[in-house]
Amino acid sequence: MIAAGRPERRSARLMAVGPNRAIRHLARSELASLFEPGDLLVANDAATLPASLRGILQKDGSPIEVRLAAWVAAGDPTRFVAITFGAGDHRTRTEDRPPPSPVSPGDRLMLGPLVAAVEGVLDHPRLILIRFQADRRTVLSGLAQHGRPIQYAHVAEPLALGAVWTGIAADPVAFEPPSAGFALDWRVIFALRRRGAGLVTLTHAAGISSTGDPLLDRRLPFDEPYRIPDRTAAAVRWAKRAGGRIVAVGTTVARALESAADEGRVRAGEGVATGRIGRGTRLRIVDAILTGIHQPGESHFELLRAFANDDVLDRVATATASGHYRAHEFGDSLLIERQANRNQTVSGVAVAPAS
Amino acid sequence: MQDRDLKDLRVAVTGGTSGLGLALVRQLAGHGARVAFVARTAACVDRTMIETGALGIAGDVARKEEVYAVALQILGGLGGLDVLINNASSLGPAPLALLADTEPGELEEALAVNLLGPFRLTKALFGALAASARDGRGALVVNVSSDAAVNAYASWGAYGASKAALRHLTAIWGEEAGMHGIRFLSIDPGDMDTPLHALAIPDADPATLKRPEESAAEVIETMVAALPRAATPSVGVAP
Repeated sequence: MIAAGRPERRSARLMAVGPNRAIRHLARSELASLFEPGDLLVANDAATLPASLRGILQKDGSPIEVRLAAWVAAGDPTRFVAITFGAGDHRTRTEDRPPPSPVSPGDRLMLGPLVAAVEGVLDHPRLILIRFQADRRTVLSGLAQHGRPIQYAHVAEPLALGAVWTGIAADPVAFEPPSAGFALDWRVIFALRRRGAGLVTLTHAAGISSTGDPLLDRRLPFDEPYRIPDRTAAAVRWAKRAGGRIVAVGTTVARALESAADEGRVRAGEGVATGRIGRGTRLRIVDAILTGIHQPGESHFELLRAFANDDVLDRVATATASGHYRAHEFGDSLLIERQANRNQTVSGVAVAPAS
Repeated sequence: MQDRDLKDLRVAVTGGTSGLGLALVRQLAGHGARVAFVARTAACVDRTMIETGALGIAGDVARKEEVYAVALQILGGLGGLDVLINNASSLGPAPLALLADTEPGELEEALAVNLLGPFRLTKALFGALAASARDGRGALVVNVSSDAAVNAYASWGAYGASKAALRHLTAIWGEEAGMHGIRFLSIDPGDMDTPLHALAIPDADPATLKRPEESAAEVIETMVAALPRAATPSVGVAP
C-alpha cells in the first residue's frame, strides 16, 4: 500500500532508455536534462472526472457502483458509457468484487443527488449506456458533490479529486488520470523552457484502465476522443522539420498523435483514437514516450513494443524490478526512445525483427 | 467598447452573491463575458443565477475538500478559464477586535477564507489558466486586496494580516507564473458600501463609501488592460 501524496512524487525516479539501448537511472526532477533545444514534449492537459458513483439500482434496491468509462458525445456530461460494479469498494481487488445485479434498458440508478436511466446494455452485461436525468449544470454539480475519483486498491487512503489532477490539468474530460503528466511539475516545466525544449498540450479523454473482468479488459482502451490545438500541430511540424524529437508524455498522447498522423504531420482538431499501438505499429510522429512503470503483459507495457525490441524491453523489465521502481499510477517514470534498429520498414509495411 | 472586449471571456468570481462580487458578476455578464460565480448559500446562488444568467456554483472555497469540486464545475461549465477573481473575503472577528482579544480560531478562519482559499483555488485552476495563456487568450488572476493589507490599522489584525499575506502571495506567484503567461494582480477596490464593510464599521456613513458598482467597473477596466489585446476580440475561441 502506498500513499498518493505529492511529496512522494517529488522523490520519484526516472529510468531513461536512449536510442542505443543504454539505460540511465536518475531523479525524475532531472527530466529536463534529457532533452535538447528543439525537442518537443507533448502532454495531455485533461483533468480527471470524479467518475465513480455509488448508489442503488432502483428496481431491487441493490447496491451498485457505476464507473463512467467513455463519452457518448464528447463534452456532453449527460450521457456516458459506464461499467457497473456490485457491493464492496476499491479496497477489494476489482477482480474479487461480486457482480452487480443485471440491469436492463429503462432501469433507473439512484446515484446520490443524480438519477440516471439505463439507455442500453452493450455487448457485456456490465457495460451500459446511461443518461442522467438533469441538465448539464446539475450533472456537473452532482458529479462534483457525489462522484469520487476512481480508486486504486494499491492506494491506502481514499484519493481526493485534487490528487488525480496533474499540474497541467485544464479540461475535465478524463475518466482516469493521464498519469504520465504527474512527472511535469512546474519546476520541471520551468527547466524544460530554460533548456529550450518545447512543451505543448493536447486534450485526450483518457479512459478507464482496468475493470477486473477479462472480457471487458480485452475491449480496452475504449475509443477516446481527443482535441489537438492548431498551435500544437504546428509545433510538431516545426520540431519535426528541425530534427527535434517528439516526446509523448503518456500513452494517451502517443495514441492521439499517431491517430492524427498524416504524412509525417498531425492534423489539428478533434478526433477519436481507436485501436492500439503495439508490436508492429509503425510510429509516424512520436520518437519517445514518457510513461509509468508497467509490467510485461499490461497494455501500457505492450505499447512500448512499438518503440523497442523485446530484448530491450526485457532489460527494462529486469531493471525496474531490481531497481525497485514503483509501478502504479502515482509511481516512477520511464522514458523510452524509439530504438534506432527497430522495425525495418519494407514498402511501408512494418516487419517485426526476429529478436 | 467593453461589450466587444469581454465577449467570450471566461471569468470566475468567488463570493459572487453580495457586495463587490455581485456587482462584478452583474457587470461581467452584462458585457457578454461567460461568468461562473461561487458562493456558499444555495438560495443566494440561485437568485443571482436567475438574475444574471451567469453559472452559479454553491460551494465554500475556504473548505479544502470543496476546492476541486468547485474547479471542476468552473472548468466543465465554462470550457476553460481566462480570468479568476478571488473576491470572497472574511473579516475575521465581527465586530472587529484587537489582536489580544482575537481568538486564534478567528485568525485561522480569516486565513482560510482570505489566503488558503485563493491559494487552493488558484492552484486547482492553474493548469487551465496556463492552457488559456498558451492559446493566446491571456490568463489573469485578480486577488481582491485592501489598504488594510498595507497599513496597520488597530483592530483589523486578522483581516489585515490575511490580506497582507494574500498580497505577498500574489506578488510571488506573479513572479513565478509570468513565464507561463499568467498574470497576477492585487487590486484594492477601496472602502465600499457592502455587507462586509457594514459588519466592520456598522455606523459608517454610506455617503462616504464607494458604491460596489463603481469599484467593479474599475476592477473590470484593470482586468481588460492586463489581458493581451489578441485575447479580447471574440475570435479563435475554443468551444
